[in-house]
Amino acid sequence: MTAPLHEPTAEAAPGAAEEAAVAATDAKAVQGRSLGRIAWERLKRDKLALSGGIVVLLLIVVALLAPVITDLVGQDPDAYHQGLIDPLFSTPKGSLGGLSGDHLLGVEPVNGRDIFARILYGAQISLLVGFLSAVVAVVLGTVLGILAGFFGGWVDSVISRVMDGLLAFPQLLFIIALVSVMPNQMLGLTGTGVRVFVMILVIGFFGWPYIGRVVRGQTLSLREREYVEAARSLGAGQFYILFKELLPNLVAPIIVYTTMMIPTNILTEAALSFLGVGVKPPTSSWGQMLSSAIDYYDSDPMYMVIPGVAIFITVLAFNLFGDGVRDALDPKGSR
Amino acid sequence: MNTQRTSGRRKQALAAAAVVAGLLTTAACGGGNGGSKDGAAGFDAANNKVAQADQVKKGGTLKFVSTQDADSWDTTRGYYGFMWDFSRYYSRQLLTYKTEPGAEGAKLTPDLATDMGKVTDGGKTYTFTLRDGVTWEDGKPITSQDIKYGIERVWAQDVLSGGPIYLQQMLDPKNTYKGPYKDSAKDHLGLKAIDTPDAKTIVFHLPSPNSDFLQAVAMTSGSPVRQDMDTKSKYGLHPFSSGPYKFQSYAPGKNLVLVRNTNWKASSDPVRKAYPDKITLDISTNQADSDQRLINGDYDLDASQTGLGAQGRQIALKEHKDNLDNPVSGFIRYAVFPQSVKPFDNLHCRKAVIYAADHVSLQTARGGPVAGGDIGTNMLPPSVAGGEGQKYDPYKIATKNKNGNVNLAKQELKACGQPNGFKTTIAVRNNKQQEVATAESLQAALKKVGIDADIYQYDGSQSPGIIGSPSNVAKKKLGIIIMGWGPDFPTVQGYGIPLWSSKYILQSGNNNYALIKDKAIDGLFDQYTSTLDESKKTQIATQINHKVMEGGYYLPFVFERLLNIRSSRLANVYTTNAYSGYYDFVNLGLKSTK
Repeated sequence: MTAPLHEPTAEAAPGAAEEAAVAATDAKAVQGRSLGRIAWERLKRDKLALSGGIVVLLLIVVALLAPVITDLVGQDPDAYHQGLIDPLFSTPKGSLGGLSGDHLLGVEPVNGRDIFARILYGAQISLLVGFLSAVVAVVLGTVLGILAGFFGGWVDSVISRVMDGLLAFPQLLFIIALVSVMPNQMLGLTGTGVRVFVMILVIGFFGWPYIGRVVRGQTLSLREREYVEAARSLGAGQFYILFKELLPNLVAPIIVYTTMMIPTNILTEAALSFLGVGVKPPTSSWGQMLSSAIDYYDSDPMYMVIPGVAIFITVLAFNLFGDGVRDALDPKGSR
Repeated sequence: MNTQRTSGRRKQALAAAAVVAGLLTTAACGGGNGGSKDGAAGFDAANNKVAQADQVKKGGTLKFVSTQDADSWDTTRGYYGFMWDFSRYYSRQLLTYKTEPGAEGAKLTPDLATDMGKVTDGGKTYTFTLRDGVTWEDGKPITSQDIKYGIERVWAQDVLSGGPIYLQQMLDPKNTYKGPYKDSAKDHLGLKAIDTPDAKTIVFHLPSPNSDFLQAVAMTSGSPVRQDMDTKSKYGLHPFSSGPYKFQSYAPGKNLVLVRNTNWKASSDPVRKAYPDKITLDISTNQADSDQRLINGDYDLDASQTGLGAQGRQIALKEHKDNLDNPVSGFIRYAVFPQSVKPFDNLHCRKAVIYAADHVSLQTARGGPVAGGDIGTNMLPPSVAGGEGQKYDPYKIATKNKNGNVNLAKQELKACGQPNGFKTTIAVRNNKQQEVATAESLQAALKKVGIDADIYQYDGSQSPGIIGSPSNVAKKKLGIIIMGWGPDFPTVQGYGIPLWSSKYILQSGNNNYALIKDKAIDGLFDQYTSTLDESKKTQIATQINHKVMEGGYYLPFVFERLLNIRSSRLANVYTTNAYSGYYDFVNLGLKSTK
């Protein structure tokens, strides 16, 4: 039995314990820090990225707790408050879009729905679509990219051409066309459920070539490395090499691209809702709020500013965080 | 790559921040440019009365703008209300609407004819004599044969589609005549229902009387067309003028210029005053831009009379109120319940929806009391003879139940056998924001009584095949359809027959969405068409409206109002019920000829 490296055993003599402790520090110094640890240390030093990360976390918590929070402030996102609307102009009574103690961010023109509650519920849709479509894109992009890079030949040709085709495809037009012919019920989902499901699939599907290209390029350079050669000469199977040798080394770029893909997806969702092919009423979405705010940009600017700022903050936070993660994971990055 | 990209992305973020800041600033400084009181007539000064008639001067250029061109300027093919209004500049009919404001303007008066016609044979024969001195733009006289030929063109739907076909339905309901282009007679005047014994006399023979026949004669599709000038499907590019103005140039979708027809004699025309020298119409596809130029006074009127957009409306109401009129249009905005979709086959379920709806919220969704209209309480527009406005309110929509009555709605649901509510679908056109807003309002109100409504949005141009197809409505279970309707001519027949008569249920392009098959209503329409006495006609119109409301087929939203802007240059301005509350274009004048 060899001496434990990391911690002294309880039964060991005091002298032995001291010795072991010294050995442990020595071992630590020699072993060094893991890649994740280094990245975390770097990330902690990047104040901007960290604050981005905190905002992202906050947004997720707020989105998850939307029903609880709206209950606490006593507002229902779908309840009409006709009394708060000036019937002549259909805009909220009072200044700043009807802002008050009851309605923290004011109310919508025409129907007087509480904007605060609708922004919170809108965050659910934005983040749900943003995350899940990124997951779809990452899974597809990683698997296909790694296959293309590793096997080369006709596999690479086919996958690369498909990626080229998809990158050139007018995705927004395709989604608009698709959503308008979508049935109202499918796979046990109805209305908004169908729309969200379709948006996630389509945004994810058109997003994978971006990540696929990066993974393919990395795989191309990694597959010739010595450790891969070594594994191969030891008789490792192709799938072992793919998933045990290559994939762990691709984690860093994949994480970076995922964090950067999420804000793009959130913007795409907002654009789709803006164009009227997103979620169905009364479900709220930031893009849809922006779209209906156009008619009131002059008389009720707050209604346009609030969802605009929400989208802006979310996308900015994700981008800052994504940047930080990339810098942290890439040892060559200097600042 | 890395550092470079990082700073690049941060710059992007900063740029985005700048954009948001910019947005805030522009939003904050919108408006401004205070309205000048440059002789505008005042709010509602031209609504149902004549504004500034004494200030009119002969001459000048009257400038129209529109966000859409007419469907066609061909007198046979045009169906847009503003085209009918505008067409009086270059076309005359046997009879036309009086050039008077409001309800008086919906009455008929002789135009090419010397009188209102001689009715004989129990309302089956109408004889008209033409005025002396009526001429075409080349100076040749307008003959009764020209009028007959113009009317015959209605039958040529294969070549000249799009226009109203009331004349054909009343004169030849079995559609036996094939139209002038397929007419084997040498003079192409083979239509048996019209005789022209001489150049000044025209006789109509109806197979059965129709009390609204004169209305059909007065429509633009009753205008004369001269055979040697008929360019068939291209006639709309340059209609040959019988009125005080003629086409100088026309670029479809861009602009239209009318100039004086020097061969038109004021002495031959008791209706048209022809004040300006020139009339121009520019088509602008950008509503915000055209609204702004109307507000600035660069244009005198919006030809399409669809009212200002949301943004222009707010600016105009705040700063140019004296240039606005707020007349009641003939339109009613409503929801209708197809009886083919369960549970709307049950009267009580239909009533439940009527009671559950928040009518004030629906009104606000339509634009409020000014831009939207008064809360609708029944289905006959107040501008139509027999319409009672809010005085007839069987469901207390504008009074007790205006914010929705949950208790009554629940009682009706119980009576309908759906005490816990049900699921349904609201079909609504997606091209107008107000339409979707009414659907959302209804959805929110129905939720309170347990009715779970999904909103189905579709492209409005596809209406005939989507909501106009009863089989599609039943298949997609569209239990609530949101629509609007205005009269083709201001009588209960011109408004209601396509909506409520069982004979008008069509497999495509159907307008009787509720699929009303009520013998009493059908009978009342038959009675109406054979009654010539005006006061009896009005009574029957009222009765029909009551029957429709008692059936609970409709949930009216608003008796629509228009909010139209007129420039301060205009004189002799008034709205008329003949054209759904639009300004009467034909007698507009300018205060200054510059």
